[in-house]
Amino acid sequence: MAKVTLKGVKKNYGPVKAIHGVDMEIADGEFIVIVGPSGCGKSTLLRMVAGLEAITEGQIVIGDRVVNDIEPADRDIAMVFQNYALYPHMSVYQNMSYGLRIRGMDKADIEKRVQRAAEILQLQPYLQRKPRELSGGQRQRVAMGRAIVREPSVFLFDEPLSNLDAKLRVQMRLEIKRLHQQLGVTSIYVTHDQVEAMTLADRLVVMNQGRADQIGTPGDVYNHPATTYVGGFIGSPAMNFVKCRIDAGKAVLDDGVTLALPGGWTAPAGSYTLGIRPETLRIARPEETPDLHLDVDVAEELGADTLLHGKIGGQDVVARVPSNAGFHDKSRPGLMVDISRAHLFDNESGLRVAV
Amino acid sequence: MEKRVVFQNRYLPYLLIAPQIAITIIFFFWPASQAVVQSVLREDAFGTRSYFVGLENFIALFEDEYYLNSFKITALFSTLVTTIGLSLSLLLAVTADRLVRGTTAYKTLLIWPYAVAPAVAGALWGFVFLPGPGIFAWLLLQAGVDWNFHLNGDQAMFVVVVAATWKQISYNFLFFLAGLQSIPKSLIEAAAIDGAGPIRRFWTVVFPLLSPTLFFLVVVNVVYAFFETFGVIHSLTRGGPAKSTEILVYKVWYDGFEAQDLGGSAAQSVILMVIVIALTVVQFRYIERKVHY
Repeated sequence: MAKVTLKGVKKNYGPVKAIHGVDMEIADGEFIVIVGPSGCGKSTLLRMVAGLEAITEGQIVIGDRVVNDIEPADRDIAMVFQNYALYPHMSVYQNMSYGLRIRGMDKADIEKRVQRAAEILQLQPYLQRKPRELSGGQRQRVAMGRAIVREPSVFLFDEPLSNLDAKLRVQMRLEIKRLHQQLGVTSIYVTHDQVEAMTLADRLVVMNQGRADQIGTPGDVYNHPATTYVGGFIGSPAMNFVKCRIDAGKAVLDDGVTLALPGGWTAPAGSYTLGIRPETLRIARPEETPDLHLDVDVAEELGADTLLHGKIGGQDVVARVPSNAGFHDKSRPGLMVDISRAHLFDNESGLRVAV
Repeated sequence: MEKRVVFQNRYLPYLLIAPQIAITIIFFFWPASQAVVQSVLREDAFGTRSYFVGLENFIALFEDEYYLNSFKITALFSTLVTTIGLSLSLLLAVTADRLVRGTTAYKTLLIWPYAVAPAVAGALWGFVFLPGPGIFAWLLLQAGVDWNFHLNGDQAMFVVVVAATWKQISYNFLFFLAGLQSIPKSLIEAAAIDGAGPIRRFWTVVFPLLSPTLFFLVVVNVVYAFFETFGVIHSLTRGGPAKSTEILVYKVWYDGFEAQDLGGSAAQSVILMVIVIALTVVQFRYIERKVHY
């Protein structure tokens, strides 16, 4: 168990800057998820913590040691790889005990640890099998078992579920969560899947082109996205962005739609991007005057909800409404905007503007 | 899952494998059967007539001490060529695999020897080791070695082994490198995190995963040493001095074409064929079991 601290961590590949400087403190036992699209530097960041990539600048501290120049083996970490990286020529037992054998641990102790990990992961029947004789989910569990037996102070997960099918992924996600509750080991988990990120994380780090755009709890990141990027990345379907002018307590959209702002908003007059989550748009009740009308191009029926795709002010907008509202393609419902749950972003920097 | 292809035309599959079958029949079964036939015949001195002698040719062979010696020479030669060749090329492949820059140049240079014909390779090494003008010969002389591989049998063996190995290293290197590069990098990283140092990683993770490649190369190299080194030996030592580098295949040629003992030569071919078949069976039966695919 250990704290992990990143201080101005940067990574350059020659002239290419991959990580622009990440600062964060990870508390003992915390589950941190680093989320972002491919190429955002999330894996690189994790691999720097693991010691598989050199750190160009800054410091990584695990426990109370600066680990910049410490070999991966001596960082007291264990890593689960995307492709599991099981040794194909070794049995499950040998795979799990490999690290312990190298450390010269007593045979009986190895046996004890492997058996306990196998019990936690329900792998006992498979200990003598080779990885190729296992299913994807079982291999995944072996990979986690190999990490658990080492009893490290930090677990690192590099997209561990992305090779599994959708159903198994949900199941394994739950298992990882349980495992973390059970073991309480500090964990850093990299994924591009925002659902994984939201469900697993104590806090998540949203990476965007080598920068940590926002670090916060899932609720925080969802409800108060720091940038348009975070707003658009977290949440499905993505947040709607509409250009607007703020003037005299009103937001005027491009096609003339005017929305009254809540009393407390003090943003100075000017051009902004208004961020509206699809679920904060709702169908106007008969007695209400709709804030706006949406020309629906396509209605996607999801079962409980229907996604209405249309345009507002020339920009694509999605509204999530209950399916029983009965709207279809080419309908034109009147919508109410819950403006108190909307966000204003600066057009240039994409940063959220305090309102 | 049914993976077999079903052809519409029932003759098409036979037509498709016909060229391969034809080649095998013309270049293997036919000459092999000729060798078997010839091995029980003896020709007269003028090659006008041959008559059946049963197993006499074989009996004569096993009473010939040069022939028995040729077995030992072949065993030594092929063992040396295979082990030295495989170890060196594995070492080269491992270093090439670690290279970040200049890999292409390194690889290209290492592949060149493969393009050199055996006889030319023999001639090259023969010159390098030639007492007098040869650079290695000169160096060895300076080091106090009484060097003349035309007179010293052990030195002759050394030279043919060097030349034969040198030619085969490229081939082995290519396969080893491909094998190394097909090992997922994350396996090595996982082993590094598990605490294995580079040498331990190599022996516990990389080497076992290379074993299919190694197995294949052992078979190929033994066959190479047995048969394809004729050119090297012919151009370097002609089996000498005093038949000290006369491997089985060289003796087949020498006895047949130089000594004109066609029956004896054919008998040797038959024995050689049996040896190679046996070797291959042993290799696939017993060694393959220990290989992790």
